[in-house]
Amino acid sequence: MTRQLMTGNAAAAWGARLAAVDYVPAFPITPQTEIIETLAAWFDDGSMQGRMTVLESEHSMVTAAGAAAATGVRVFTATSSQGLLHAMEMIYTVAGWRVPFVLVNVSRGLSAPITLEPDHNDVLAARDSGFLQLHCSTCQEVLDSVLIAYRLAEHSQVRLPIIVNQDGFYLSFTREPVQLPDPKQARAFVGDFDMGGLGFRAGMPESQAVAVLGGSPYSYFRYECHLAMQQALNAYDEIAGEFEQRFGRYHGVVEAFLTDNADYLFVMMGCFATKAKHAVLQLRKAGVKIGLLRPRLFRPLPEWRIRDICRGKKAVAVIDQNLSLGKGGVLHAELTSVLYGQSDMPAIVASFIGGLGGRDISQEEFFHIAEILQDAAISGQTPAPRLLYTQTEFREFKKLQAIAVYERHESKEQPT
Amino acid sequence: MSETIYRRMKDLPSTHLLGAGTAACAGCGGMQALHQIYDVFGDKTVFINAAGCMTLLSVYPFTPFSGSWLYSAMGSAPAGAQGVRDALDILLAKQRIPAEEDLSAVVLTGDGSAYGMGVSATSGAIDRNLDFLYICYDNEGYGNTGQQFSSATPHGAKTATSEGAAGYPGFKKDLFSLWVANKPAYVATVIGSEPLDLARKVEKAKQIKGPRLLLALAPCPTGWGFDPADSSAIGHLAVKTGIWPLKEYVDGRVVHNKIPRERLPVEDYLQKQQRFAHLFRPQRNEALLQEIQNRVDDYWDKVEPE
Ligand SMILES: Cc1ncc(C[n+]2csc(CCOP(=O)(O)OP(=O)(O)O)c2C)c(N)n1
Ligand code: SF4
Repeated sequence: MTRQLMTGNAAAAWGARLAAVDYVPAFPITPQTEIIETLAAWFDDGSMQGRMTVLESEHSMVTAAGAAAATGVRVFTATSSQGLLHAMEMIYTVAGWRVPFVLVNVSRGLSAPITLEPDHNDVLAARDSGFLQLHCSTCQEVLDSVLIAYRLAEHSQVRLPIIVNQDGFYLSFTREPVQLPDPKQARAFVGDFDMGGLGFRAGMPESQAVAVLGGSPYSYFRYECHLAMQQALNAYDEIAGEFEQRFGRYHGVVEAFLTDNADYLFVMMGCFATKAKHAVLQLRKAGVKIGLLRPRLFRPLPEWRIRDICRGKKAVAVIDQNLSLGKGGVLHAELTSVLYGQSDMPAIVASFIGGLGGRDISQEEFFHIAEILQDAAISGQTPAPRLLYTQTEFREFKKLQAIAVYERHESKEQPT
Repeated sequence: MSETIYRRMKDLPSTHLLGAGTAACAGCGGMQALHQIYDVFGDKTVFINAAGCMTLLSVYPFTPFSGSWLYSAMGSAPAGAQGVRDALDILLAKQRIPAEEDLSAVVLTGDGSAYGMGVSATSGAIDRNLDFLYICYDNEGYGNTGQQFSSATPHGAKTATSEGAAGYPGFKKDLFSLWVANKPAYVATVIGSEPLDLARKVEKAKQIKGPRLLLALAPCPTGWGFDPADSSAIGHLAVKTGIWPLKEYVDGRVVHNKIPRERLPVEDYLQKQQRFAHLFRPQRNEALLQEIQNRVDDYWDKVEPE
């Protein structure tokens, strides 16, 4: 095992290489491009045996990924943002095919306005597709998650594709020290691709994804997918346990950071959670009993683990890096549905939206959220949902607009 | 290329690889062509299908195909063929399957996909020189959703979305030339009512590697409005009036396989179909009929006699 400085994108590519994937259908999009460029170089120089095909769109890319997996090879692919949305029809379709493969999504905010910077609205749009979802917060976790993801997707009780998510720029282009597993050990952990008897071969006719007539067979197959998702929870624990035994790193269905004796919790996903952890440490020093709950597995959602951790807390703050327009934070809605009606759950589940389109969340803001939680616990009033956006930002934005208007006005007055 | 083994009608295979009892309409010209193509091409195939009438051939838990089948989506069947082909190549290269287990990737779509929604995926597959056969049964509209116009609909035809007195205002897209412009391995037009010509072309396509298109005009009793019993007769008329030229592109050139010496007037074909009834009743639309005839004449004027 060696330690190297690498970006989240390089870590994702290493995950694919160590899993000895056979096939990479690809299409470029920022900030995912480095992943496919790295893999292309490895296919070219022979470090990886297999094939990369660059398609003309993500819709085709995901179709090819699903079709290749259905034919019996191990597939890896990656995208971001508009790419994931462009492929969305096929994201749902290939999940219904029950084909296992790994797609790394490098999160990026959605148009419009167009931006390159991250939030989670892209990956959450695939929430109900039948893809499992793993959310990472470090480059190490990206690499490890890709290996775990193959085991999970190919598990005989699961057989569904999976998205491993990392935040664009914050992880994709940040170098962190990463332990690179020994290739032989990684290979032994992931194992050979097992199609479970499927695949297209001469003399062995196979029909896949055929039409059904009526709601009864349709319901049957949809429910089968749902059950497979739920099976994935048990399978995950087993696989993560084995991963820890082999590599010494444990990645549970959730990360619980100083939650045991906490009165308050931050709940969030992705790499901004590392900022929350830092705030937790500062707040603990100041005597605030606060912790962090970070769901790693978002589909299937590890409901009982979340309840376990939230039980007995006074107040929790869900910090969403997404905005379901007309509703609010997606994770907040998920969390309240998990907690509602269960005994001994926190009475206050406050909602904060932050980090949209790459906007930073400052330590001061975490401290402020902690204050709001403490006040709410005393007053018993759930605070109104809040967008993390400062007066200063607002003023600066207005100033920009004013400058633009002024400039336009000025240039008109100029003699021609 | 070797001489064709299909010289006479009795040379044609009668294997009936495609099972009977499917949900297709009686007299479907698309099915007529597909039956014959399948018999000649054989069942060492995996069909990658896009949304359309033929999607209802395989309905869980039954299939009329003795080979394999994968339903994809309306816009990306050629990309599905890419995934299957790439995976089979990888499995062969890594010796995980023996050569005998290899299959041909065959795309099966209607004109809505082939001329429209799937063009981007098709164009990509041709660029990548994908080894696949594309079968398009062209019923000149979106059949499965009730015969709305597609970009394959002929000028003046009434469809569910061109009900007005002038019918469809656009002109049928030239998919044959669109393919040919990109120098694929093989392109041919066929029709179910000309089985010998069809069998020869399928046999040829079977022996060639690379992107190949079989474009089959598919007389559609339901969408075009004629008696299912007349399906073959309509097909014959499409060829004899010169509306559906039988041709192929191979070895870098386009060849017409049947140049009708005495072309019948197009109205012989048009007046047998409800979708053109407004050209004849309540009064003849002389201008539109002439326009259609002129376009056909113009086409053949440019064809060099063999
Ligand atoms: C993305 C998408 N849009 C629309 C449809 C609805 N749809 C199903 S079949 C069809 C028509 C397909 O037409 P064509 O390709 O000509 O095949 P045909 O129905 O004539 O066999 C349409 C529009 C769909 N399945 N997918
Ligand atoms: S609508 Fe036309 S093309 Fe479709 S099955 Fe019926 S006859 Fe065939």
